[in-house]
Amino acid sequence: MTANLDQDSTTAMRLLLVEDDRDAAEYLRKAFREAGHVMDLAGDGEEGLSLALDGGYDVMIVDRMLPRRDGLSLVSELRGRGHTTPVLILSALGQVDDRVQGLRAGGDDYLPKPYAFTELLARVEALSRRGAPQATETLYRVGDLELDRLAHRVTRAGREITLQPREFRLLEYLMRHAGQVVTRTMLLENVWDYHFDPQTNVIDVHVSRLRAKIDKGFDEPLIHTVRGTGYMVRAGFK
Amino acid sequence: MSVTPGPPAPAAGPRSVGVLAYLMRLARTTAFKLLAAYLIVFAVFAVSVIAYTAWHTRQLIEAQVSDDLDREVRFLADQYRSGGIQRLVYVIDRRTRRPGSSIYMLTNFQGETLAANVSDLPFGLLDRAGTRFTTYNRPDEGGAKAHVAVVQVFILPGGYRLLVGRDIEERDTLQDLVTRPAQWAVILIVVLGLAGGVFVTRRVLKRIDAMTATSETIMAGDLSGRLAVAGTGDEFDRLAQSLNAMLERIEALMVGLKEVSDNIAHDLKTPLTRLRNRSEEALRTARSEEDWQSALEAVIEESDGLIRTFDALLLIARAEAGQARKSMVDLDLADLVANVCELYEPVAEEAEMDFSLSTVPVRVHGMGELLAQALANLLDNAVKYGAPAAGAGGAIAVSLAREGGHAVLTVADRGPGIAPDDRARVVDRFVRLEASRTRPGSGLGLSLVAAVAHLHGGDLDFADNGPGLVARLRLPALPA
Repeated sequence: MTANLDQDSTTAMRLLLVEDDRDAAEYLRKAFREAGHVMDLAGDGEEGLSLALDGGYDVMIVDRMLPRRDGLSLVSELRGRGHTTPVLILSALGQVDDRVQGLRAGGDDYLPKPYAFTELLARVEALSRRGAPQATETLYRVGDLELDRLAHRVTRAGREITLQPREFRLLEYLMRHAGQVVTRTMLLENVWDYHFDPQTNVIDVHVSRLRAKIDKGFDEPLIHTVRGTGYMVRAGFK
Repeated sequence: MSVTPGPPAPAAGPRSVGVLAYLMRLARTTAFKLLAAYLIVFAVFAVSVIAYTAWHTRQLIEAQVSDDLDREVRFLADQYRSGGIQRLVYVIDRRTRRPGSSIYMLTNFQGETLAANVSDLPFGLLDRAGTRFTTYNRPDEGGAKAHVAVVQVFILPGGYRLLVGRDIEERDTLQDLVTRPAQWAVILIVVLGLAGGVFVTRRVLKRIDAMTATSETIMAGDLSGRLAVAGTGDEFDRLAQSLNAMLERIEALMVGLKEVSDNIAHDLKTPLTRLRNRSEEALRTARSEEDWQSALEAVIEESDGLIRTFDALLLIARAEAGQARKSMVDLDLADLVANVCELYEPVAEEAEMDFSLSTVPVRVHGMGELLAQALANLLDNAVKYGAPAAGAGGAIAVSLAREGGHAVLTVADRGPGIAPDDRARVVDRFVRLEASRTRPGSGLGLSLVAAVAHLHGGDLDFADNGPGLVARLRLPALPA
């Protein structure tokens, strides 16, 4: 089956933030509200767990160091009870092994502090399953661009486009999150599996190469640059 | 041996109190407790031996006496049977005249004494036959002193009663002769042992006190202090030596930490000052919406730079601390190099530099993420600073080779290179050469590469590429 990727996938999400820093929590709630989402707050791990168990959240954002029950224990408890709500772990600890611990505990994504709000927003939206295609889908379609995951074939308006393996994975990731903002770090982590700061505009160079293959010669560009944040693949965008 | 209070008494109390407190302290030491336990075991053992010897001596003498009495009674009974009562009286009389003789008494059925050399025997002693203890007096001493004897009473035909006894003072004297010196010896040993214990314990305590005092100075902040080593090679010396080695390591770490924090303080304050200046300037001069917008964007950019610097510092610190070794795995370095190069190649091409890569299969034990970042930093430098001065086409050549037991990864460019004098310096934190001052960068890139190299047991050096720079990262390779 094919997901309808042309619809606006950034419909309102219900979020839970478990964070003991009141100021930071209020700031995030306000910022997410401006982005059109609803956020509940929990001030410690136990409160966070009981709210999470009540369910109904699209994505949870959990600080790693919390009073009463730390973030990792909260997530593993939740996973132990069979809850699959996507969880993004926020932490001041940003080294590779800290991230590995976070993901091993059952987190779906890990963002070290301090972070740009746009980065957090993009990651939370990417985690949300609303409007996003299922991982089992084999054909992604945005406008007249089609990507066949099984056949490793990309066509635009019926014309086949030849891509390098890495370019294919880049486009695949962008199309899986069509309509959502994808940051440079998300691309570096998910397409290249690197978690360091590349210092140069390496991702921009790769995206512009991909763009040259996908958009060149077509009236409507599908790969858009979101200023100061990253990229978005979307059709019908003026 | 003089006993002096070790530590100064807290208050000017009586001297005896000080001595008592000091002895109490001695008594609490392990050495003293061991010694005391040993002494107690020894004393119990010695006393048991003495008691057993005494008891055994007594038994022996008693058996001897009892045998003698038996023989004598039998002899006297024979005399009576062969020669009647007159003969018996005669023999007893003769015997009583011998010096140091036994005790004798012979009575008829009416209880009248026929022959005796004792008096004051307890009433009824002669009523029953058998062996028993009794007191008696000697008439020749005037009956002043009571003696103790073992006596045997024998009833002869015709109602005569014969008592033969042996004084046992001799037995007691002999027993005393054996046990008295032994008792003194035990007392002497215990006293000497306690004195020796105090002496030995005092020496131990002195060294412990010295160690404690030194440790306290060290804890108070003077990390250069060391424990005294007496040179005797005993367990205290060994303890002092290993504690000193530990102090050495702690001191080195503290010095390193101080250096790092000084550098961090210095080099984070520069961008923080810039950040503050920009904000102040915006407050002072910004008038329009656009002014505010651009000022705030500049501030965010500046803080992002700070965060990057901070992350890089933390990463270097982690790599230098060596904790990351736990999470190292065996990995294919050629594969890793190819992947990082694939990421950077378009960037080099964008900068109009030729990019070439040659690898051989080499495996290393390491952290992929850190090695990838190290290579990324080298490539980033090559792209930023490796462009030739004018017009000529730049080139970046990456190669991975195997040299002996090492994997050698080189990144070569055609830029201005680094002057030989500066080559050792560039890996220091925050060092930025003149040529790079105007370009963005934290001055931490090569420090991280060097830290990663050291973490993996390798090194980083630079050479001339004539023209250009060759950065060489050497890592211990796994056997092919």
